[in-house]
Amino acid sequence: MKKTLAVFQKEIKHFFYSPIAYIVIAAFTLIAGIFFYLYLSSFVEAAFMDMIRSQQFRSQPQRFNINLQLIRPYFWNLALISLFVLPLVTMRLYAEEKRSGTVELLYTTPLSVGNIVLGKFFAGIFFYFVMLIPTFIFMGILFIYGDPEWGPVLSGYLGLFLLGSAFISGGLFISSLTENQIIAAIGGFGLSLLLWVIGWAANYSGPGLSAVLNYLSIINHFEDFAQGVIDTKHLFYYFIFCTFGVYLTFKSVESIKWRS
Amino acid sequence: MIEVRELTRYYGEKRAIHNVSFEVQKGEILGLLGPNAAGKTTTMKILTCYMPPTSGGAKVAGFDIWDQPMEIKTLTGYLPENPPLYSDLNVWEYLDFVAKIKGVPAPKRKEAISVAIEKAALGDVQKQVVGSLSKGFKQRVGLGQALLNDPQILILDEPTVGLDPRQIIEIRELIKKLGGDHTIILSTHILPEVEMTCGRVVIINEGEVVAEDTPGNLTRRLKGSERTVLEIGGDAKVASEVIKGFSEVQKLDHRKIDKSDHVRFTLETSTDIRHDLAKAIITKGLNLYELRTESYSLEEIFLHLTTKEEVA
Ligand SMILES: Nc1ncnc2c1ncn2[C@@H]1O[C@H](COP(=O)(O)OP(=O)(O)O)[C@@H](O)[C@H]1O
Ligand SMILES: [Mg+2]
Repeated sequence: MKKTLAVFQKEIKHFFYSPIAYIVIAAFTLIAGIFFYLYLSSFVEAAFMDMIRSQQFRSQPQRFNINLQLIRPYFWNLALISLFVLPLVTMRLYAEEKRSGTVELLYTTPLSVGNIVLGKFFAGIFFYFVMLIPTFIFMGILFIYGDPEWGPVLSGYLGLFLLGSAFISGGLFISSLTENQIIAAIGGFGLSLLLWVIGWAANYSGPGLSAVLNYLSIINHFEDFAQGVIDTKHLFYYFIFCTFGVYLTFKSVESIKWRS
Repeated sequence: MIEVRELTRYYGEKRAIHNVSFEVQKGEILGLLGPNAAGKTTTMKILTCYMPPTSGGAKVAGFDIWDQPMEIKTLTGYLPENPPLYSDLNVWEYLDFVAKIKGVPAPKRKEAISVAIEKAALGDVQKQVVGSLSKGFKQRVGLGQALLNDPQILILDEPTVGLDPRQIIEIRELIKKLGGDHTIILSTHILPEVEMTCGRVVIINEGEVVAEDTPGNLTRRLKGSERTVLEIGGDAKVASEVIKGFSEVQKLDHRKIDKSDHVRFTLETSTDIRHDLAKAIITKGLNLYELRTESYSLEEIFLHLTTKEEVA
């Protein structure tokens, strides 16, 4: 446990000592900010137009639900940005140790593979959390000027967090297979994208396969969270997903260690 | 303390080491000597439980590399060929991380790191980022890492590579000082290093152990390890015939010495015939300028053992 923490802390240092971390956070915040602005302005515009219309025709103004019409699509948006950005976070996690030869230190000191893999996995999640912090401010703006419901915001973040963790577990696995960070990033992105679009393929396949593909699709399980529903079924899915990703990393480290 | 039994390791089809066996006693400094690609690093990686052998086994401090790697890793400090450094951490942070993963408890950590810094002479650079250090300092950070937590067993892969001559002497002194309390295996392809620091040497070539002894014995064991050198003035042909007249002479070389009519003969003999040789040369009216014996350096023995050429 203490050793896992040592690996975790070391990874956090690597993140924040390198300019890439700040570039990634800045890029994520910028893109998330632009989309937030676009969503917000179109929401405000729609609400404003409706108000004018209702005055003209002396009808009841429609009720605009900020949770449904702004926050929910915005969470989807954040999920999509995460898909693109997280491979940049996971790419160096293992590949860099292999390239620089520091695996020799890790494998010849009394560290278990579990200490190494879990330390890195949680460091990735921590970094993702830090990356999401600026978006709390955007949400804060909505709470200052409107009165959205709390529940869906919290469940949305939970979903985002779980989805991100799943991406990180997959990205970590890919990173453990190579010593090239670029390959690790592309591979991590490819895997995440595949798991994302697998649900679309479900539309074109037979009923049996379609159910399987729909279940596997990483994003289908996100939907309920974005809507404000926390279903244990989905919690379970992400939990299993992360466990499996970490397990594969564990196995790949062990087997590569055995062969190299 | 360390028992190596018939280690064999393949990388795919390529055989890196074959049936390597040797032992190291407690407190001994063993030199693993061999040219590049001999299999020194491979042997060390197996002993530190970085990777398993294809076949064979080893015991380190009584623990088996197959069954008890964690125990071995706890007792062993390892300096890999390329020091495993994180270039973005500073020296202290790096050693702090190493102390943590070696399981040094928090209250003792500071002390342990200070001791390692002291031994590896890193005091002046401890707040410097590892990536900005010179090659010599990086090597010493790697050494500091290996020495951290004062492990009983040290495995050092070419510890003096990349250091300047003064640092090399310092590191050798340090290694010698560590022997006694510590059991040390160090690898090198530099002969004087073994002669200076090691109590015993295992010579390895193309993956196989070709000799194992003390540096002194190794020299002695190769009989004919002495040769006679003569410097003679006068007719070289006559001199050569005189020498060849002795049946004890097994091998003879001669080389003209620049800017004189002197010739240097180097010969190997089955028994000591110096006195007869001297008499014979003088009675032939030749001038004897020098007559001495010379022992083979470890360097030549090494060359002999690794190229399979006949020395004696
Ligand atoms: N990872 C590897 N993959 C394939 N061959 C290797 C690997 N590491 C070492 N070798 C080969 O094994 C042999 C022994 O190498 P090594 O143990 O590094 O020798 P040394 O340390 O004595 O120079 C060499 O021929 C080398 O090319
Ligand atoms: Mg080597």
